[in-house]
Amino acid sequence: MIKFINVNKWFGNLHVLQDINCHIAPGEVVVICGPSGSGKSTLIRCINRLERVQEGEIIVDGMSLMDRKTDITQLRAEVGFVFQQFNLYPHMTALENVTLAPIKVRKMKKEEAEAIAMKFLAKVGIAEKAASYPSQLSGGQQQRVAIARGLAMKPKIMLFDEPTSALDPEMINEVLDVMKTLV
Amino acid sequence: MQWHWDVIPRNFKYFMLGQYPDGPMGGLLLTMVMSVLVILMCFVLGIVFGLMRYSKNKYWRFPAIGYIEFIRGTPVLMVIFWCYFMLPKLIPVLQGRTRFEWTSALVALVAFYGAQMAEVVRAGLESIGRGQTEAALSSGLTYVQVIRYIIMPQGLKNMIPAIVGTFISVIKDTSLVYIIGVAEFTRTVFQVNNRVLNAPMELFLFAAVVYFVPCYMLSKLSIRLEKRLAAGVKVEI
Repeated sequence: MIKFINVNKWFGNLHVLQDINCHIAPGEVVVICGPSGSGKSTLIRCINRLERVQEGEIIVDGMSLMDRKTDITQLRAEVGFVFQQFNLYPHMTALENVTLAPIKVRKMKKEEAEAIAMKFLAKVGIAEKAASYPSQLSGGQQQRVAIARGLAMKPKIMLFDEPTSALDPEMINEVLDVMKTLV
Repeated sequence: MQWHWDVIPRNFKYFMLGQYPDGPMGGLLLTMVMSVLVILMCFVLGIVFGLMRYSKNKYWRFPAIGYIEFIRGTPVLMVIFWCYFMLPKLIPVLQGRTRFEWTSALVALVAFYGAQMAEVVRAGLESIGRGQTEAALSSGLTYVQVIRYIIMPQGLKNMIPAIVGTFISVIKDTSLVYIIGVAEFTRTVFQVNNRVLNAPMELFLFAAVVYFVPCYMLSKLSIRLEKRLAAGVKVEI
């Protein structure tokens, strides 16, 4: 599903990814632990090409990321990403945040997309906040909307980049509980 | 000191309309028509070049930077003069005298304020954090969709004070084109002053008030618009 072959990446002189080789099969749950600055975020961000690598090959869902002909938007539609900083769209409600990609990328009708969105918002436990704006939600609630947003595209791969590190200790549990149900 | 306020009501129709309807449009009417035209065109130009300037692709970015920096380094009066003298050489079709002043005035103001608007647009686009762009791209949206649905709507809201500031400048700077002979409001005031000669203070005070009114109204409108748009997204700091 995800293959890294002899991947090397530098940020200027900093050799942040050194000879990375790994193979992640479908259905696997992988946790990457490590000290600060060890390249964990960089590694995940390479998977949907938010970062580019200088050497090596990355193959995701059979498509090579280094190949110019790869349609990166198609690939990214199959890879859900949850950010440390949530990155919700502040000018849209929670429901609109979740339905934007299904409508614009998968070309779904609005009612269909909203039905799916409500299903996932319920799954993460905030269906009642669907009409709220991100500024009206707590950190834990925002992160759960972000998770629903990632899931709504029904991706083949879900990536979580330190999803709880921007949260208060009380809210971490609610997000972790949601993530456990996804596995 | 003797005041001669009567010069204003006596020439009022001339100030407001120029020679219209017995001749071409002039006066405040022409100023307003010119302002509206320039505002509309420079807004469009500003968005186009602002997006080009913001682009990551150097083939879009460099021409935009060239245009913007060139104009920004030039006084608006110079731009007006250049257009007046250079346009007939560049576009031989426009050789007719009267309509030519009008065209070059428009081109000059649109070119000048288009560059200013482009920088306003770019600053507005850049004020939206990169995180949202990454989130949107990660869900499979194309770069164009990201600009259209995420960045532009929010950016435009942030840009409103600067956009309105530019519009106000346009209204005021239409006064400069009188030097190439366009018969707008400032020119009518100067003409009456040259004829009457004993009431410069009264005339120029009147002119200042006439420019102040629309600019102030635009300012108030901008504040109301900002308040109304901010009501939807409340941020607690």
